[in-house]
Amino acid sequence: MAELLLQTREVPFRKGLQAGVSIAIGYAPVALTFGLLAKTAGLSFIETVLMSMVVFAGASQYMALSLISLGTSTFEIIFTTFIVNIRHFLMSTALNEKAEDDKLMKKALYSFGITDESFSVIATKDGVQKTGFILGVNIIGYMSWVTFTALGYVVGANLPQVLQESMTVALYAMFIGLLVPSMKGSAKVVYLAAIAAGLNTIFTFTGALSTGWSIVIATLISSVLVEVIEGMKRGDRQNEQ
Amino acid sequence: MSNEVLWLIIGMGLVTYLPRVAPFLLFKGKELPIFVQSVLKNVPYATLGALIFPGVLLIGESIWYGLLGAAIAFIVAYIGANVVFVVLSAIIVLSGYSLFIS
Repeated sequence: MAELLLQTREVPFRKGLQAGVSIAIGYAPVALTFGLLAKTAGLSFIETVLMSMVVFAGASQYMALSLISLGTSTFEIIFTTFIVNIRHFLMSTALNEKAEDDKLMKKALYSFGITDESFSVIATKDGVQKTGFILGVNIIGYMSWVTFTALGYVVGANLPQVLQESMTVALYAMFIGLLVPSMKGSAKVVYLAAIAAGLNTIFTFTGALSTGWSIVIATLISSVLVEVIEGMKRGDRQNEQ
Repeated sequence: MSNEVLWLIIGMGLVTYLPRVAPFLLFKGKELPIFVQSVLKNVPYATLGALIFPGVLLIGESIWYGLLGAAIAFIVAYIGANVVFVVLSAIIVLSGYSLFIS
C-alpha cells in the first residue's frame, strides 16, 4: 500500500522531469553564455551562481549584467527587472486555473520555478496538472540553469562557435514544438498565436513598448479579442436557431 | 562578495518571485468570472506566439537564419515528432547551414 502511494506520487514528478528535458537543453547555451559574460562584467563566481539560483530569469539576468557594466544604480536595475518579469503574473494566473488543488505552501514553492519555458510546457498540456508534474518540469530547468551558469563561468562557453550559435534556436524550436500540435486541431489556437505574434512584432520594432510589457499586452489583447469574437459567433448561431 | 551585489541579487530575486507567486496567493482558482477563465485558457497559446515572434528572427545576423530554424522546427513538429527531437533537428540543420552553406 505504502509503495502504491509512493508510486502515484512519484510518477507525475518523473513525467515532469521528462517533459522538461527540452527546457534543460535549451537553457544550456543561454546559461553558459551568462556565466561567461558575468565573469567579463566583473562578478565573482559565487555572485554569478547566486544570481542564477535566486533570480532564475534569463532575460533580466542578462540585462542586469549590461546595466552593471554601464554603472546603473542598484534600484534602477531592480525596477527594470520587475518590469521585465511582470509577464509571469499573467502566466501564474493562467497556471493557477490548471493546477490541481493543493497546499498553498507547495504552490508557493513551485511558483518560484515558473518561467516562459516551464509555463509553456505545463500549460499546453490538457487537463488538470498535478503538483508533482509542475515541480518536475520546474526542477529540471532550474538544475540546468544553475549548473550551466557555473560551468560557463569556470570553463567559459567553450562549445564550437557554430554549435553555440545554432543552439540559440533551441528555446524557440521548443516553443514551436509545443505550439504546433495544438494548432493542428484548432483554428482558435492559430488565431491566438498569430495575433499575439503580430502585435508583439509591431510593438517591438516600433519601440512602442519595452519587452516586458510588449509580451503581456500582446498576449492579453489576443486572448481577449479571440474570446470576444468566438462569443459573438456563438451568439449568432444561437440566434439563428 | 560585495554588499552591493548581494543586495542587487536579493532585490532582483524578490521582484521576480513576486509576480510568480502573487496569483497563487490572490486567487484560489476557478472563482473568477467565466469570461476571465476562458481568456486565461487562451493565454498559453497567445504567449507562445509572442515568445516566438519576433524573438526567433533576431537570433542570427540575418533574419533568414532564425526563419530557417523556425521552419525546420515547424515541419518536424507538424509531422508529429517529440519536442526534444524538434529542438535537436533545428540545432543540427542550423549547424549544417553555418558549416556548409554560409
